[in-house]
Amino acid sequence: MKHKQQHWRRWLALLPLSLVFLLSGCSELTVLDPKGPVGQSQKDLIVFSLWFMLGIVVVVFALFTFMVIKYRNRPGRDDKDYDPDLHGNTAIEIVWTVIPLIIVIILSVPTVTTLFDLEKPPEGSQDKEPLVIYATSADWKWFFSYPEQGIETVNYLHIPTDRAIEFRLSSADSMAALWIPRLGGQKYNMAGMENTLYLEADEPGVYDGRNSNFNGEGFTEQTFKVHAESENAFKEWVEKTKKEAPKLTQKKYNELLDPGLSKKLTFSNTHLAWVDHGTNQDRDYAIELHRDAYQELLHLDNERKDDKEHE
Amino acid sequence: MKLDEFFVTGEPLIYAGMVSIVLVSSAVIFLLTYFKRWGWLWREWLTTVDHKKIGIMYILSALAMLFRGGMDALMMRVQLAFPDMNFLNAQHYDEIFTTHGTVMIIFMAMPFLIGLMNIIVPLQIGARDFAFPFVNALSFWSFFFGAMLFNISFVIGGSPDAGWTSYTPLAGAAMSPGPGQNFYLMGLQLSGIGTLATGINLMVTILKMRAPGMKMFQMPIFTWSTLVTCFIIVFAFPILTVALALMTIDRIFGAQFFTLTGEGLPMMWANLFWMWGHPEVYIVILPAFGIFSEVIATFARKRLFGYNAMVWSMILIAGLSFLVWVHHFFTMGAGAFVNSVFSVSTMLIAVPTGVKIFNWLATLYKSKIEFTTPMMWALAFIPSFVIGGVTGVMLGMAAADYQFHNSYFLIAHFHYVLIAGTVFACFAGLEYWYPKMFGHKLNERFGKLSFWLFVIGFHVTFFPQYFVGLDGMPRRVFTIIPEWMPLNVISTVGAFGMGLGFAVFCYNIYYSYRNSKREETGDSWNGRTLEWATPTPVPFYNFATVPHVDKYDAFLAMKEKGETTYDEDKLEPIHMPSYTGKPIIMMAILAFASFALVFEWITLAVIGLIGTLIMMVIRSFDYDEGYHVEVEEIKRIERKARRL
Amino acid sequence: MSAHELKSGPLEYRTQEGQMSILGFWIFLAAEIVLFSTLFATYAVLFGRTADAPAPGELFEIETVLIMTFLLLISSFTCGIAVHNMRKGAVKAFITWMVITLLLGLGFLGFEIYEFVHYAHEGATLQSAAYWSAFFTLAGTHGLHVTLGIGWATMILIQVAKRGFTPMTSRKGFIISLYWHFLDVVWIFIFTSVYLIGMVV
Repeated sequence: MKHKQQHWRRWLALLPLSLVFLLSGCSELTVLDPKGPVGQSQKDLIVFSLWFMLGIVVVVFALFTFMVIKYRNRPGRDDKDYDPDLHGNTAIEIVWTVIPLIIVIILSVPTVTTLFDLEKPPEGSQDKEPLVIYATSADWKWFFSYPEQGIETVNYLHIPTDRAIEFRLSSADSMAALWIPRLGGQKYNMAGMENTLYLEADEPGVYDGRNSNFNGEGFTEQTFKVHAESENAFKEWVEKTKKEAPKLTQKKYNELLDPGLSKKLTFSNTHLAWVDHGTNQDRDYAIELHRDAYQELLHLDNERKDDKEHE
Repeated sequence: MKLDEFFVTGEPLIYAGMVSIVLVSSAVIFLLTYFKRWGWLWREWLTTVDHKKIGIMYILSALAMLFRGGMDALMMRVQLAFPDMNFLNAQHYDEIFTTHGTVMIIFMAMPFLIGLMNIIVPLQIGARDFAFPFVNALSFWSFFFGAMLFNISFVIGGSPDAGWTSYTPLAGAAMSPGPGQNFYLMGLQLSGIGTLATGINLMVTILKMRAPGMKMFQMPIFTWSTLVTCFIIVFAFPILTVALALMTIDRIFGAQFFTLTGEGLPMMWANLFWMWGHPEVYIVILPAFGIFSEVIATFARKRLFGYNAMVWSMILIAGLSFLVWVHHFFTMGAGAFVNSVFSVSTMLIAVPTGVKIFNWLATLYKSKIEFTTPMMWALAFIPSFVIGGVTGVMLGMAAADYQFHNSYFLIAHFHYVLIAGTVFACFAGLEYWYPKMFGHKLNERFGKLSFWLFVIGFHVTFFPQYFVGLDGMPRRVFTIIPEWMPLNVISTVGAFGMGLGFAVFCYNIYYSYRNSKREETGDSWNGRTLEWATPTPVPFYNFATVPHVDKYDAFLAMKEKGETTYDEDKLEPIHMPSYTGKPIIMMAILAFASFALVFEWITLAVIGLIGTLIMMVIRSFDYDEGYHVEVEEIKRIERKARRL
Repeated sequence: MSAHELKSGPLEYRTQEGQMSILGFWIFLAAEIVLFSTLFATYAVLFGRTADAPAPGELFEIETVLIMTFLLLISSFTCGIAVHNMRKGAVKAFITWMVITLLLGLGFLGFEIYEFVHYAHEGATLQSAAYWSAFFTLAGTHGLHVTLGIGWATMILIQVAKRGFTPMTSRKGFIISLYWHFLDVVWIFIFTSVYLIGMVV
């Protein structure tokens, strides 16, 4: 019985090794396979920290395995290496306080510099003005307003590659978070205030984006697709949209704010003309309009959710 | 209010819940009546002020809550592994993860640990009870009724569904109307009273009631962890009290603290919640550290390495725990500077925690490890917790956290620390002190079986979640995309392994009750601290004579000198508090008031509050000074217990 | 009697129970400090967020608040005299001074209720804006503490009248005095950081 347990412990030691193998397969994981400089800097930070963490895990697991195997109470073990009164050793205790402290310092430096970098548009594209997009969350859909282009989309997003996108995040009602894992980390959308998030794509493609902060029944379905395309393709899309898309009226917009899911929509103007939920005076716009609607259930389940796609 | 609004309708699972509640309650009532046990239940348990019995009631309730929270977990896992089955819809899933989180933290982890503290701390310091036994009973009943109030929400009125963090404005009156969220507020408020009272009670007990001669730095490490935990409770729980009260005022009386109207500040809730919530994490992890330290030292048959460093690192962790709350919402947009500060303070916690890990490893160095079940839990804790810890540091790096936040990476991290830390400790502590509580050990064979099932199940469940998180799977979604399916199925398999482990554990309680050898001495494991100096079962007054302590590992020293806690020459009458029904009645009335407030029946709530005040007046005029146990009686009890 | 006191200190500290209760109460007060600090922090964060309701500077009246402050300050002083008499074993003097203390407390409450009603008339209620929610909750929590304190002290006075000073009753008397002084200290903070700053800004 005892022997078998030891066997198990030894397998435990293989855990960090398996981690390395897993990591090699990890390059396909969304966060570790970014398609833009912001995501890339975060990936670099994660991988950098991962090596230290793996080091710590390996050291602790090795020590652990050694102790558990060497000092188990096996039959016939004598008291030669048994020291029940051993209660401390200042030198070694200082060592294992200082080493973690050094690791923390080493990790702090890139963390802090990355934090400050993320507040600015990514460095590679600073020659171009960032494209400003107002991303507004409303239970449970996304409004993307392009003030310079004068267009607005619901539940999908077109962006040019190799140009920084400056998202102005806010929410009409509950708190949400804009997260496009392939492009970079998230930030909260809140009513009555505005957050700025810089992201950039350097490869054309269609990426998943979503609200990652739980905000009620329709949360799971508050997703959108990001179409990253070349500057020219983007311009074409803008022109086409401006020509073909209908106008958004305030009445239609107010209807859209009603809690619920929505299909993809496109308009050739923006709602910013009459309300900006990111400002203090418009913070209760949606609540005042739809207060009673928030208590009605969607009865959302897996069958219901497909409706969103079909609509 | 119509009856069909009062009871939750339309969900087959909930009807099943109602039926089972009715069946179990009638079975309990029938059995109590049939065996004429009502009087016994009232006299021996419901009115008790004995810390050991209160502790056992805490642990039993916590196990029931572990079952409930575990069922919630399994339901979520089934839904995520087979999303096409439509087992749960979005609303039901939201309710389940909300109650899972709340129940596990507030009504499982904390009461379980407080239960162990209740039983063990007075025994470890050579005290005969708590400083305030009456208040201790009050605390228990406040927790118990708070937990019941929270738990009936799923059949009456509807469960809360805004997550255990209940972020506003979602949890506010506008977006979450109805009683659900009120159940959360009142349930937590009610049980919070008890937690704060226990914190004060234990702190005074430890500071004032130690055996003669026992210095602070000679206290057993579990007692130290309890003392530090109590400090955190005293300084963190009032914040929760205020936060819950403000949201209650918002929801029931129309104030504008966390609303979008009236210039309220929804994010203030997140701040207040985590200013309590982060210390809360350490309230449930520090006692776990204490338990592991005791168990490891006992079964390594060696003195704890670096006792002083262990104590100081706990104090440091407790202090730091108040300075890191912003790391729960780095993505709020507080700016690079604020995030940098909280990033660094968060990572700093890794240093004292690392010191503790190395101290445990060093305790194993040159030891003689006995692989009993409690020791297995403690050993499994070390590597598992290290994985949770290092990923915690990664989450602490704010810039990277933008990608981890709200994802399954985070879920995996906190389950790795809370299960490998707190839950393993609950099992280790319960199995370690089980003979002290019930007079017999748990069966080792079933114990090991449940250990392996649970531990392997745990890793199978949560290790894949790190990866599915890195693949962009957010928390709290009720259905998933095909790319995330394989890892989720693995998780679900693991979760059932854990469930099976818990089932075996419960069976083991029954099996051992029937079959285990009864303890003959009080010293079941060749222990080192004073709780093992008492006979088993422990007499209600704990110590016939309180030993003089002048060393760490006091009982070890006593054994060397051949001393016991029964010195016939030194016997004196022992003063003990009388049992009383006031705590349960007072808290039942307060629970009634809370229930009325949940449904916003203000008149009834006021009546309940007046009733509570009347109970307090009655208590104020209560001059029952307890009674004395005479020397002859002590001799009789001790001779029987010690088989002299 | 006095010789005995010199040897073993104040009555309330003579039993271990008494000592533990007093220590426990000090810790409770620490928790109360955290509670009020949280309320103060909430108030500070919500300061100025009055939406459509009147600003505090328009409503606060220095006279009322000064009277309230003096009432409470004097009550703390009379409470101190009461405890001084308790130490001397003078039951009657203790009760008299405590009754004066409680009457001053009642006066304070009366003014506070008048003040709240007045604000409500002017359109500043718990519901009208975040700032006023915070104000009424902070001041109201203090007022509620004073109310409970008055009720609690009355119970203790009845017990002292019935039993005289025993270790138990004098412990209770001492603890209520701690509580009363604590409420006074909290009020000083409310007076300065809520009323004075509210009037200036």
